[in-house]
Amino acid sequence: MTQPRREVLQKLTPVLTKRWLSPDAWQIDTYERLDGYAAVRKALDVHPDDLIQLIKDSGLRGRGGAGFPTGLKWGFIPQGDGKPHYLVINADEGEPGTCKDLPLMTYDPHSLVEGAIIAAYAIRASRAFIYIRGEAVHAARRLRNAVKEAYAKGYLGENILGSGFDLDLVVHSGAGAYICGEETALLDSLEGFRGQPRLRPPFPAIAGLYASPTVVNNVGTIASVPYIVLGGASWWKSMGTEKSSGPMIYSLSGRIANPGQYECGLGITLRELIELAGGMKPGHNLRFWTPGGSSTPLLTAEHIDTPMDFEGVAAAGSILGTTAMQIFSDQDCPVYATWRWLEFYHHESCGKCTPCREGNYWMVRTYRRILSGQGTVQDLDTLQDTADNIFGRSFCGLGDGAATPVMSTLKFFRQDYLDYIEGRTAPRLSEKALVGAH
Amino acid sequence: MSDTTVDFSPAAAPLAEKLLEPAREILARYPIGRERSALLPLLHLVQTEEGFVSPRGVAFCAEILGINKAQVGAVATFYTMYKRRPTGEYLVSVCTNTLCNVLGGQEVYDGLVEHLGVGHDETTADGKITLEHAECLAACDYAPVVTVNYDFAVDNTTPEAAVELVEQLRKGEQPVPVRGARLCSLKEMQVQLAGFADERDGAVAGGPAGAPTLRGVTLAQEHGVAVANFDIDTPITTTKPARDESAKAVKDPGPVRAGDVKDPEVRTAEARNPTASTPAPDATKTDAAPVPSNAAEAAGVAGNRPAGDGKPAGDSVGNEEKK
Repeated sequence: MTQPRREVLQKLTPVLTKRWLSPDAWQIDTYERLDGYAAVRKALDVHPDDLIQLIKDSGLRGRGGAGFPTGLKWGFIPQGDGKPHYLVINADEGEPGTCKDLPLMTYDPHSLVEGAIIAAYAIRASRAFIYIRGEAVHAARRLRNAVKEAYAKGYLGENILGSGFDLDLVVHSGAGAYICGEETALLDSLEGFRGQPRLRPPFPAIAGLYASPTVVNNVGTIASVPYIVLGGASWWKSMGTEKSSGPMIYSLSGRIANPGQYECGLGITLRELIELAGGMKPGHNLRFWTPGGSSTPLLTAEHIDTPMDFEGVAAAGSILGTTAMQIFSDQDCPVYATWRWLEFYHHESCGKCTPCREGNYWMVRTYRRILSGQGTVQDLDTLQDTADNIFGRSFCGLGDGAATPVMSTLKFFRQDYLDYIEGRTAPRLSEKALVGAH
Repeated sequence: MSDTTVDFSPAAAPLAEKLLEPAREILARYPIGRERSALLPLLHLVQTEEGFVSPRGVAFCAEILGINKAQVGAVATFYTMYKRRPTGEYLVSVCTNTLCNVLGGQEVYDGLVEHLGVGHDETTADGKITLEHAECLAACDYAPVVTVNYDFAVDNTTPEAAVELVEQLRKGEQPVPVRGARLCSLKEMQVQLAGFADERDGAVAGGPAGAPTLRGVTLAQEHGVAVANFDIDTPITTTKPARDESAKAVKDPGPVRAGDVKDPEVRTAEARNPTASTPAPDATKTDAAPVPSNAAEAAGVAGNRPAGDGKPAGDSVGNEEKK
């Protein structure tokens, strides 16, 4: 393991992760001692429109994958429309590789609660929901406890801190469906239906939860808000790049010496992140990686110096996504990796639209055939054709996400496919996995 | 608790006897008229009693929400965490998604299949363990991971460590998860999933952060790296007074009051047609539709009237399964 150089260490920006070092930060007393709930007091003293402007000025962009400017999203909520507004926080973390929101809610849950209060006040909502992934029981336990503590101290409920502003916050557990991370599927699920995406427009800002104006934001986005309220927009912009401001939690996993969460300014490169993580695991050389979860096109060793911000990754032909970097080496097979991801997308496809439902079904079977040594060269054309017909033709992003690893591995690693087909690589799957594959 | 009650069918009554009070607490979290939002937590709630969603559980959810059983069934079968067969005391989930898989998760899963003699979503004969392979559990920095009743039980798992874990569980020992509270039964865990606090002593405090979670921030601390110029008194630019009319939120109708439970048929009708106070008769308004000029088509239209707003025929309380 190599020690990171000083100039690379300087790229660390502990902001959202800072309190994780205090083992009791999940308790309200400790949280309050560490600047906790100072931002709520400050925010409730200004007009909501000024808060929206502050968030716009900070350049904060959504941390859930799409990178939409948060202040703009808040500004889309029609004011004075006589309707109730809602804030819904997407805590349905499940994108393969992503593991930044669960620790945040487990070790610093009050920062999310505090951000929720400020965001709800800004968009004029008196009711907010945190839709947390069902399996995330430990984070939900801490979060529910934090909400209870916040009610007891008067940060939630009626007339918060004497401001006249009321807010009810409910933590709502999902039940194991990846698709509910898609914002409109999440809203359907929260209304008690199957989690299937809705047609847009209308967008949630106009007709979201209960057909009312709704802001749906990721955990990391909302948890960033108190820091911007405290430190100001210019301070926030002192981190990251001009168009992608602020710190970001990069989740590093796979063939590196020290997997983990590394919070750095947006725009750091994979080379620097690997250096922070102590280098590659001994005996492993970088071969391919996901910049932001499995739904973003794979990148290879030649992209190691790509700036990891929204623009930089897009220029390299991929998406920043959730900055979940799964790092694979020359000992990992991209065909096998893609097959496993496809099994996942096949399982999680909600079934609403044909390209995703049927396309994943066939692609999984084609992969099983290739990996069991019975593929043909035509299978590669079939895969390319199927992926092309899913990408951009599905109802929501899940279909696109499923097609991207297929398209990117066919582009970069065609030889690996041919090696299975032409018998140079030993089959990875046995005959029994092939039931129904022909 | 209240003077009005839902008249539960014989199928739902035994569950209602035990679960009515928590079910009403769940309903009260959502706005009036939006009770259906309670369906996911209610399905978790019925699993606290039965360990899975049985036809009785479906009937209970349907009747308390005033929707029909097909609507509940459609939701219950969509989500992985609603089990359709009785489960064991412990649900052991092994992540076999790509990253855990290549780091050994598949061997861990295969080892457990062989050791326990059960496959995916199957339960051991002693009723102790239900095994499943899971998709990404959002802990890739600890890969490969195994959870027990959804709490992170073993990080960086090996086949041997996983076998040891299930053996401890079968012997009735309570291994302590690496990150999370000490283990409870799957039914007890469902209480939390239904949205209730974990009342067990020390459970919320349990589970320290692991080294990978803290790696970046620890590195920064060790080397004295911090973000400069963070001043919590930085002023916010203001353009208008904080408290004018435009700063106020419009409230929704508020939570359901305890005891505000209507006949399910009436509520179904109201939910579908908020202006009607009683169920609409099934055959209305067909005369408003244009009558086709073709005689055969007209006869077809007349013979196939559109469904009304009330509950479908045959799904009323009297026709519930008899027990």
